[in-house]
Amino acid sequence: MIRSRTASRFRPTLQPDQSLLVENRKLVAEIDRRKLLRGAMSLGALSFLTGCDISDRQSVQSALRTVSSFNDRVQELLFNPNKLAPTYSVDQVVKPPRFNAYYEIEDVKPIDLATWKLELAGLISDKRPWTLDQVYAFPEQEVIIKHICVEGWDYIGQWSGPNLRNFLTQIGADLTAKYVAFHGNDDYMECIDMPSALHPQTILATKYAGEPITDPYGAPLRLRTAVKLGFKNPKWIRAIEVTNTYPGGFWEDQGFNWFAGL
Amino acid sequence: MKMHPLLIRIVHWTNAIAMIIMIGSGWKIYNDEVLFGFLHFPQWMVLGIWAQHALQWHFFGMWILMINGLVYLAYGVLSGRFRRMLLPIRPREVITEAIAALTFRLKHTDLTHYNAVQKVLYVGVILVIIVQVISGLAIWKPVQFSFLVALFSDFQGARLAHFIGMTAICLFMVVHVMLALLVPRTILAMLTGGPKVVAGPAPTSPTH
Repeated sequence: MIRSRTASRFRPTLQPDQSLLVENRKLVAEIDRRKLLRGAMSLGALSFLTGCDISDRQSVQSALRTVSSFNDRVQELLFNPNKLAPTYSVDQVVKPPRFNAYYEIEDVKPIDLATWKLELAGLISDKRPWTLDQVYAFPEQEVIIKHICVEGWDYIGQWSGPNLRNFLTQIGADLTAKYVAFHGNDDYMECIDMPSALHPQTILATKYAGEPITDPYGAPLRLRTAVKLGFKNPKWIRAIEVTNTYPGGFWEDQGFNWFAGL
Repeated sequence: MKMHPLLIRIVHWTNAIAMIIMIGSGWKIYNDEVLFGFLHFPQWMVLGIWAQHALQWHFFGMWILMINGLVYLAYGVLSGRFRRMLLPIRPREVITEAIAALTFRLKHTDLTHYNAVQKVLYVGVILVIIVQVISGLAIWKPVQFSFLVALFSDFQGARLAHFIGMTAICLFMVVHVMLALLVPRTILAMLTGGPKVVAGPAPTSPTH
């Protein structure tokens, strides 16, 4: 067994001679200046070197994330709350829907529908949890829309369930809040902006092609919005939260764009 | 005025960088959902370790490409450069000069006048890039810009058009760089501005 001699195996046992630092103070300062210049040029210059590890470098990553945040703002401006996504006919619907998650279909943990409750949190006046029967009793809306994945694939799906705007109104959610977050049973969380949540083609889907959604596709409740990329539609929803504090998101935290609007 | 004014030189090299960013990151994005089963771009030739990095690069590069492109198009039209340098294109000249070029008999005595083959290639790549931006916007915003998606039949049609556009731009780049290396003075001209020219009405077509 390897045992480190010091508290940390990364800490050298011998400290460097401090006088060296004093003697070479000017040199050290100069190196710093050079580093600054290099840093300033790195974004443009490094782009020539495709395929290497540049996008991992912290400064580049933070610059790119700043651009991504700027793109969020641009997309908010481009978003027309009244613009409807194209809809399709029943015979174009793909059955079953395409499975997608950050894990394989065998690893789906089905929800026990008998005990499932939809929790409500945040800027909502009536936070009483909803049972499945209550959700099923809510007026249903059907949308036949395209699911477009950030990867580039798409399929036409037929979804029905409570219209999210009507649902948020019913529970007394603050419709002027910034974010609506959806917590999945699989530790997956995504949030969307309020205008997209209130879009007429955003629903809490309980059915696919007229039948209750089955386990692999998010039973009993999943988000389906026509105005966001697929990953913004959490499945196996167990809680909805309305908030003004940006809650992050499963893929955003890994560098994907937050707004991800279509 | 120099053959390539400073603005044109800046815009040219900025575009070159933007294109490398867009193509390198685009290849990485493509790999996640390939259009052709036989075609995956190896990691060494793409930009971004993970898809999210490639997407970040792509949506950063698009601003450079679009803003730079608009500056170029506005300058080209307003200054008369397009009319002077890229027009007219006469089909017969294109054919005879293409044959001359392929048999290495095309003379390059005067850099300041583009031959018919050059004109076709430059106008062609400008148009391809414009279509590429349109198909890109269609893929980025298929709901907000659904009218753009309709131009390419559907979402996958827009993706295919975006791929074909990329291929055309890559082919242009190969030919463009190869020809520039054959006549290195052209590279120097794009760096220093090249020979002086008289701005004004289009001179008569040179007989090569």
